[in-house]
Amino acid sequence: MIKVRIPTPLRTLTEGQGEVDLEGKSIAALIDTLESTYPGMKERLCDEQGALRRFVNIYINEEDIRFHQGLETPVEEGDEVSIIPAIAGG
Amino acid sequence: MAFTEEQLVRYSRHIILSEVGGKGQKKIRQAKVLVVGAGGLGAPISLYLAAAGIGTIGLIDGDAVDLTNLQRQIIHHTADIGRPKVLSAQEKIKDLNPDVEVIPYQKLLDAENAIEIFNDYEYVIDGTDNFPTKFLINDASYFAKKPLIHGGILRFDGQLFTIIPDESACYRCVFPKLPPQGVVPSCQEAGVLGALAGLIGTLQATEVLKLILGVGNPLTNRILTYHALQTLFREIAIKKNPSCPLCGLDPTIKTLEMEVQEVCDFDPLETAHKDH
Repeated sequence: MIKVRIPTPLRTLTEGQGEVDLEGKSIAALIDTLESTYPGMKERLCDEQGALRRFVNIYINEEDIRFHQGLETPVEEGDEVSIIPAIAGG
Repeated sequence: MAFTEEQLVRYSRHIILSEVGGKGQKKIRQAKVLVVGAGGLGAPISLYLAAAGIGTIGLIDGDAVDLTNLQRQIIHHTADIGRPKVLSAQEKIKDLNPDVEVIPYQKLLDAENAIEIFNDYEYVIDGTDNFPTKFLINDASYFAKKPLIHGGILRFDGQLFTIIPDESACYRCVFPKLPPQGVVPSCQEAGVLGALAGLIGTLQATEVLKLILGVGNPLTNRILTYHALQTLFREIAIKKNPSCPLCGLDPTIKTLEMEVQEVCDFDPLETAHKDH
């Protein structure tokens, strides 16, 4: 299982859960699994072309996937995935 | 100018720290720090900077104190409701430490005034509550070459990091574009735990004091996130993005502009309730 950390703005979709455990071989596969369990998640993370939205970052074990293979970056058992959006409050 | 006897006593707990000493306390006294926003983050930032003996604190905010602010904006008191925030804050800072010079700007930061104001300071701290201003502060700090301490809070979570222009990742290296309106809620819409503002703002004040003193490791190239419900601090590595529209190899942002938030291309609330 891979632990995916859900940021505050997206928790409306996960019934308030801050962490979910999912199966998947890549970030793209995890996003598809997220979408099927929590509909609406994919369009919050990806644009119409399927690319990661530019105000959302995804990290595997604290490494930005943009500096790896983007959405195709593979994930392994025990990895922790964090979704970090910009937050504006002050 | 030497410290007076009273100042030596006032700052004695700093001066006794070998990393600060009289020399460091002088650096603090000579420092000029601009705090953008006199709200949830700006309150603890400016109070701790004032207590520390920062020589000049610029405070910019166009709002007046509102009853809803008092749950977290501890520099403002009940009797201040209706008063301009910068004047309420200036008064508290002066009460706390008359050594500090406060320069209030009772207006909103915009693309026209930002660089001119930033040029009068050595460090900038972001305590604002909206994306267009957060991106404007990032861009203006880059153009004015001023180190910036970024911070943001929402509900029970906060994040912050330090940006040294041309040296470390900027806000746009991490988030190249503003989220469309409505995608990321504001504190007004989603709420925020008051004490969280105190924590993140105090961390921002700590980071600027470290830069002024030149001690420790700055919070650059990493985002510190705090999750109050889990009592969890996490750190995420970031790096300068060669395709950053501001500080990358082929920048597309060459002049300062306040970006307008696009209207959301989907309805987050409708999405949230689909199939439920």
